[in-house]
Order: sequence, then C-alpha cells, then structure tokens
Amino acid sequence: MKRVYCNEKYCVNCHLCEIYCLAAHSPAPDLIKAFSPSDGIRPVARIQVEESRPRSMAVSCRHCLHPLCADSCISGALTKDPNTGIVLSDPEKCVACWSCLSVCSIGAIRKGFVAGRPVSVKCDLCQGREIPACVEACPNQALTYEDRGEN
Amino acid sequence: MLEGWVRIPSGCAIAGIINQNGQAFSGEMIARAMTVMHDRSNGLGGGFAGYGIYPEMKEAYAFHVLAQDKTGISQVDELFKENFTVILKEPLPTRRTAGVAGTPFLMRYFLQPQKENADADQLVAATTLQINKHIGGTFVLSGAKNMGVFKGVGYPEDIAAFFRLDEYKGYLWTGHGRFPTNTPGWWGGAHPFSLLDVTLVHNGEISSYGANRRYLESQGYHMTLQTDSEAIAYACDFLHRRHQLPWEIIAKVFAPPHWWEIDRMPAEERELAVALRRTYGSLLMNGPFSIIVGFAGGMMALNDRLKLRSLVAAQNEEWVFVASEEAAIRAVCPEPESVWYPKGGEAVIQLVKENVECHAA
Amino acid sequence: MPRSLVPPAFFVERVTTRCIKCGVCVRQCGFSVHAQAEPYGEVVSTEENCVGCQRCVVFCPTRALRIMENVHSVRQHPNWTAGVIHDIQKQAETGGIILGSMGCDKDYPIYFDRLALNASQVTNPAIDPLREPMEVRTYLGSKAPRVEVKRSGVTFRLQKPMPIGIKLETPIMFAAMSFGSISKNVCEALAKAATELGTLFNTGEGGYHADLRKYAANSIVQVASGRFGVDKEYLEVARVIEIKMGQGAKPGIGGHLPGEKMTWEVARTRMIPKGTDAISPAPHHDIYSIEDLKQLIDTLKEVTDYKKPISVKVAAVHNVAAIASGIARAGADIITIDGMKGGTGAAPKVVRNEIGIPIEVAIAAVDQRLREEGIRDEVSLVASGGIRCSADVLKAICLGADAVYIGTAALVALGCHLCGKCYTGKCSWGIATQDEYLSRRVNPELGVKRLVNLVNAWTLEIKEVIGAMGINAIESLRGNRLHLRGIGLNEVELKVLGVKPAGESM
Repeated sequence: MKRVYCNEKYCVNCHLCEIYCLAAHSPAPDLIKAFSPSDGIRPVARIQVEESRPRSMAVSCRHCLHPLCADSCISGALTKDPNTGIVLSDPEKCVACWSCLSVCSIGAIRKGFVAGRPVSVKCDLCQGREIPACVEACPNQALTYEDRGEN
Repeated sequence: MLEGWVRIPSGCAIAGIINQNGQAFSGEMIARAMTVMHDRSNGLGGGFAGYGIYPEMKEAYAFHVLAQDKTGISQVDELFKENFTVILKEPLPTRRTAGVAGTPFLMRYFLQPQKENADADQLVAATTLQINKHIGGTFVLSGAKNMGVFKGVGYPEDIAAFFRLDEYKGYLWTGHGRFPTNTPGWWGGAHPFSLLDVTLVHNGEISSYGANRRYLESQGYHMTLQTDSEAIAYACDFLHRRHQLPWEIIAKVFAPPHWWEIDRMPAEERELAVALRRTYGSLLMNGPFSIIVGFAGGMMALNDRLKLRSLVAAQNEEWVFVASEEAAIRAVCPEPESVWYPKGGEAVIQLVKENVECHAA
Repeated sequence: MPRSLVPPAFFVERVTTRCIKCGVCVRQCGFSVHAQAEPYGEVVSTEENCVGCQRCVVFCPTRALRIMENVHSVRQHPNWTAGVIHDIQKQAETGGIILGSMGCDKDYPIYFDRLALNASQVTNPAIDPLREPMEVRTYLGSKAPRVEVKRSGVTFRLQKPMPIGIKLETPIMFAAMSFGSISKNVCEALAKAATELGTLFNTGEGGYHADLRKYAANSIVQVASGRFGVDKEYLEVARVIEIKMGQGAKPGIGGHLPGEKMTWEVARTRMIPKGTDAISPAPHHDIYSIEDLKQLIDTLKEVTDYKKPISVKVAAVHNVAAIASGIARAGADIITIDGMKGGTGAAPKVVRNEIGIPIEVAIAAVDQRLREEGIRDEVSLVASGGIRCSADVLKAICLGADAVYIGTAALVALGCHLCGKCYTGKCSWGIATQDEYLSRRVNPELGVKRLVNLVNAWTLEIKEVIGAMGINAIESLRGNRLHLRGIGLNEVELKVLGVKPAGESM
C-alpha cells in the first residue's frame, strides 16, 4: 500500500509537515485560523518530528499489517480497512481509554479532541486528498508518499 | 556612401551553365537565362563569370580592373610593374547600353609573373587583395588564367549587353542579378566575387557573417566590401587553395549535417564530420543562401542546410544547369532530361570531364 | 566586550496577527536570529544576527515575516555611505580584514545589460525552433590547424586524428566550487546534474570525494596552489584538468578554509589532517613565470598520457589579454577567464570588490587578442564570473566565449539568496556549510532537478534567441559581435568590446 515515508537524511526539522497536517485536520483549513480555533482547542498534528540534532525525522502511523492499536482498542474505534489497509480511528466510537497510545511502538497515536471530546487521533493518510498534506508541505522532499510493495 | 563602408543585405537571382565536354558556348546563353529572372533583381547589380574565354592567352593571368578615376589605373600599373610583365593592357570592350550608367574605368590586363615564381597563384592573390584594400575606388573584378568577371550596376541583361558577352565563348558561365535593400552605387559590389579562378554568385544573407568575417580576418583576409558574399568567396579560397580541401568537403563546411545526423553516421564518417564542424565551425554559413561557386574546370551549387533559398538543377546531354528558378533553365533548355531540387546542404558539383582540353590552369 | 556601534543590517518584522508561533523560523535560522522559550511560545528576534538570507521568510507558513534592510542605519551621505561607515566601525572593533562572500557587490556597470541582441527581419528569415533543429552542442579543447582528408572512392576519410575535444550538449558548465566551501550534497547535485545535462562540473580545489567519482566522466578537476586532493587517480578519472591560477572574486590572493570547516570527510578528500586550516597560497609556489606554467601543463599531460585537455583558469585582470596569449602559447587547451563579479566562499572584501575587471570586457579583449595573433583556435575560451541568465550566455558567446561557467546562478537554483555569509559556515540554506544540521537542507535529488531545469530553461531560451537571429548552430554566434549593439556605452567601451552602437547598421 501507499504510505508516507520520511528520508531522515533530508528531514530539515522545519516541522512544516506538522503544521500543514494540523491545518488539514482542522475545521478551518486556513493555517492561521487552525492555530487559533474559536473553541480554544487547537487540533493535534498526526505527524510529529522527532529530533536529536543534527538529525530529525517526521514520524507518523505506519498502518501496520497487524496493527496492535486495533487489537488493543476496547471500543472498536480503531480498525484496519481490509481494502485500503489504512488504519483509522473513529472518533464516534473512541472512549479515550488510551490503550492504543500505550501499545503503539512508535508513538504515532496522540491525544486529541474532536468536537470538544477527548479522542485518540492518528494519521489517516489525508482521506480525500491525492497527496497527504504533510508530504505536499515538505520543502525538501524528505517525505514521500509511495508504494514500496510492503503490505 | 560607398559599399564597403556599410554592409548591404540583398536578395538575388543566380544561374550557372556548364558544358561537361568543355565545349565553349556564347555568353549570350547565360544572359538569356538571367533575363527570365528580371524580377529577382532591382537594377542595382548584375554580373557574370566566364571560364575558358581567353584560349589564346590561357598561360597569362587575365585581370579585369575597375577604377573610379585614372589615378587608380596608374597606381595599378605601378603595382603590376613590380612583379609582372604586362603582355597586354587594353580597355575592357563595352558598348553603350541604355540602363547602364555611371561607368567607371574598366581595364583588362594580361600578365606574366616576372620571376620563375613557385607560387604564382599566391602572388596573384596577394596583388588582388592589395589593390582592393589599398587603392581607393579601385577593384579587381577578376585576376586568373583564362577566365574573367564582368559586372556592374544595372540589370543582368543590360550588363551582359554592356560587356558584349555575346562576343565571348566559354565552357562555364555563372550569372547574378542583385536586389540590394539599399543603394550600393558601386560596381565593385556586384557579383560575382572572385579571388584567382574561384568566383562566387550568391543569393541570400548570412546571419553568421560576423563570425565568418572575424575568422577569415584572423586568417589574414581583409574584408573590403563588408558583404557576406565576399566572406563566402574568401572562405572558398581559404578552404580550397590554402587548406587544399575538395569541394565536396567545402560544401560540408558551409552547410554541415546536423548533429543528430552526425550522431547516426558510421564511425569513420562521423569522425570526419565532427572534425569538420570542430575545426571549421566558424565557416558554417548560417542563414539563407544559395550559391554557385565557379572554378577552373567546374562549378559547385549549394544551398544552406535548411534550404531557405531556391535552387534548381537540370541536366541535358552534356549540359548541367543550376538556377534560382526552373524558368531560367527552361529559357535556354526547354526540355532537359532531368530537373531536380537539391536538398539543403546537398551540393551539386559538376566538373568538366577529365580528358577534355579546356582546363584553364 | 563593549557594545558594538554597528547597527543591525536588517530588521525582522513579524506580523503578530499572522504568526502562529510554530517556530519554523526558529529552527531554520542558521544565525540564531529567532528564539522561542517553549513550543508555541512567544517568538523573539536578535536582529543584529540577521544576514538577510530570507530562509525564515520563505519557510514561514503564514507569511508573517518580513526582513527589511536597515536603509537608515546612518545619516544619508553620498560619500560616507552605510557600507563605508559600518566597515570602519567593524574594523575599529576587531582590527581585522573584513571578509565577504559571493561576488563583488559594488555598483560597477554591468556591460551585459548594455548590450542588445539582434534579430532577423525580411532580408533573412528567423528560424523557428519548433520546426528546425537548433544546435547548441559545443566542443572544448584545442582544434586542429586544419583538416586533411583522403579520398576513397566517392567518400572521404580523415587523414590525421583530431586533438581531444570535450563534447558539451549545452555551452553552460558548473563552475569550480570545492567540497569544503560547499556541502557534499551540493557537490553531488552539481555532479549529477552535469551528467544528466551532458555538460561538465568542476570539483574546485578541494579534492574529489570518493562517493562522487561515479560522475567523473563529466568532471573537471582542479589543480590549485594548495594541491589539495591531487594524486594520479584524481587526474586520471577526470575529463578535464584545470590549473587554477586565479579566481575572479579574489585575483592575486589564495584561499583559506578555516579548521572549523575541516570535518574528517573534507580533510580526507583534501588529503590533509582533520581540523587544520586549508591554506591555498596566493601563487603556486612552483609557478613564478609562464615557463613554469608550461612545465606544469606538460607534466599534467605527461602523467595522463595526453588524454586530458588542460584548462588554465585566471582571474580577469587588466593585462588579461596578454596573459591569455601566454597561456595559449604555453600549451593550454582551454582558458577560463573569471570576471570580477565571480563568486567565492570567502575573500577579503577589499579584494573582492576592488580587484579585476568585468568578464564582458575581459572576454572581448582576450578573444580579439588571440585572433590577432592567429591562435584563437588553439584554445577554447570559457567565460566565468557574473553569468546570470541565458542572455548573458548568448552575449558572452557573441563576445568570443566558447562556453560559460555558472557558479552563483547554480547555487541560487539550489536556494542561495546571496546573503554573502558563506565564510561563516552557517548557511541557512544548507549550501555553504559542513554543519550536518544545515547541509541536509539540500536534497541532492531535488537539487539535480532544479539545476537540470535551470540549464534546460536557459538552453531553450538560447535556441529561441538564436532562431530569432536566423542562426541554427551556436558556432555561428561565437565571436559574432555584429549581433550585438551597445546601448549607453561610450566610444572607448564600444571599441574594447568590439561592438557598434545601437542605431548603426551592419
């Protein structure tokens, strides 16, 4: 399946991926408005740059073949779509038990809010966009969206 | 303003006729071919070159010289005396012709180099260039064995009548009618251009003139007329006489194959083509042209490699014709055996048969 | 340390209503201008650190930043300009030479901008590049004095082999920039782009990194006064060997790569100890005369079995025509003339700004001189230093160059904004730096694309323009000064450039 990959050699630690991810998943797609929402709760970026200078690397959900997060989900909110392979979290079903956070080995799931309610949020590969916002925003093409033949 | 002070671009008509058996024919024939193309000229220049026209004097160098005043002629006399024996000096025969005015002094000399000179051609070429460069208003129409150039300001048919071409016979004639886009006012600017036995008639304008000119200047040629035709004439001299290259190769210098064609050639052919473009790239004639180069024993007609000027060739028995227009050929040979349109960069080279007694030098 | 009297050169203007405090500017500035106490906290600026490189402005996702030049840093005065006053203050504070990078930034006339190109109208047709092949292929190297052919049947064969010629698919090459002055990623982008374009790149004087030797078929390697990285293999892998005698940005002086930039990788490539300063002496200490240069040319040819053309690069100085004539006679195959607007990683500002002559006049003078001496065909001429666009390439060729080098323009394609602080090693654009945090900012793959795009775009423009002139092969433009006309140039300048004034016909 197509996934977002980060080439650590060319990640420049700008965090623009986070910023554009956040905006893409905010009710207001405008960057400035996304960062100052009317309800005061800023959306959470589903990709995060980990840094240990001089190196840095953007980390997001790998959409694992056998997702532990889905296995651990007590409410059936986290599922892997059998057709697309995308692991999605349904905010309607999430009960914010944070089981998924504790089992994800790379910390790709974060605490967030949807409609004022705490829920787990994670990369959804930007459903509805051809290229995920993070990849599009990466100024150095460190992030790529490609199918490397891995399931 | 005299030509030579300014550069004058021009359009033109050209034609060439050769008899492969070396049989001499009247200059009237080339005049008739040129007459048909009257509209390609504008009356500001016409000229002809005839080869094999002085059989009685074929060992002497025939010089056609024009001068604006008598001082020029006497300066030429002085110069000739230094290195040559003058066998004959006479006015070039002309007849009064309507449409030809402002006639300069026109003289004909037959010269013999004084010293047993190993390279008499070099001496003749140097003398020609010296007259053109240093004697104001004076110009060598031609200076070589058994050939001559006749040219002036007027339509080609009037120039032919003026110089009495009907009274000459040669085995090869080329002709030119000029359409300069400015007033030249000078007879020296008309075609053909010549250096030794090589003459050039040219239709077109060379966009690479600046590059050609600076290259030729660095090889010792001095441009007196600032025309691209002059540059081509000197380039012919440079490649043919000084670098001893055959005309087939010279055509490939003036209008080389494109790189994409060269890239697809067999190795040996490619090596030569690359060598020519690398070495003589500055003599690539870029821009529209059709030319006819006349020389002792033959002629070469050539188009630029994109064929941006017209050029037609025809053959009938031992005759080969080239001209800007097919009509010009059919005016003197109504039913040629074959007529073809040479491709851009594809030279038509026609020599007189080898065992024929007509070669000038 | 007492307070500096030099005011900030730039002001940072942050539109607070647009700033989302994302901290991109903080993380991108190589000069520590922006700071933030905590994530999404208030962003503050230390303006005196700002070099005006615009990295933060380009990266700011909400366009909240402006970097404004401090134009009123001194009272306006025609003689005592801000630059003059600040230099005095800096020198009074430090007692040192003022350094500068990139090219001369003094307001000398740019002759390229006072030369107009020609086009065909009526008497000869313009050539349509969409219909006809437009040829820009160029060969570098000395030419044979003549071609001799032998007839065999109806065809002809070449009698004598030609001297080695280096084929360029476009007359634009990448100028010498050493590994050390620029990052390895930049070196790789240049090398790979040159390979894709069918042109050459130049290693500069910093040796040739082992990882990049796969691009050797498109390389020019430099032998400079420091002889860094030179061994037999270095010479043998290269396509062309260039003896660097001088550089347009700093004629007459050598180079100095400070020890801080001397990472183990740079050191290994230069074949010197890690952490030591790399000093290129002002002269080659084995070349004190033209005879000595000839010896080095001969030595390099001998050691590479006469298979490599030798280029000699000199700075454009007042006597450049005679110098070039000497170089041609010393046996060089290519002469590179580097004009005073050429770039550098580091040079004393006084040298960069005050020494040398512009490339336009230098190339015109050299071409004319070599033609007068009848030795123009014995060498190829490469113009370098201040070539900014396709029109500059065309004009340089009209003036007499066979090809050009682009250095600054190539770096600009990779992101350089000419802040002129290469010597600090802190390049925010990740170009002139060995800092691993910064150098990753040039992704070679992306860089290759940008360089290839740039050169292809220029090449297309060149084809378009020569087509307009009625020319379909670049060799017809070489030295063709009739296709140039001077605008606003005085008689002496016209004479030196060998061009007529606009309005004067052929």
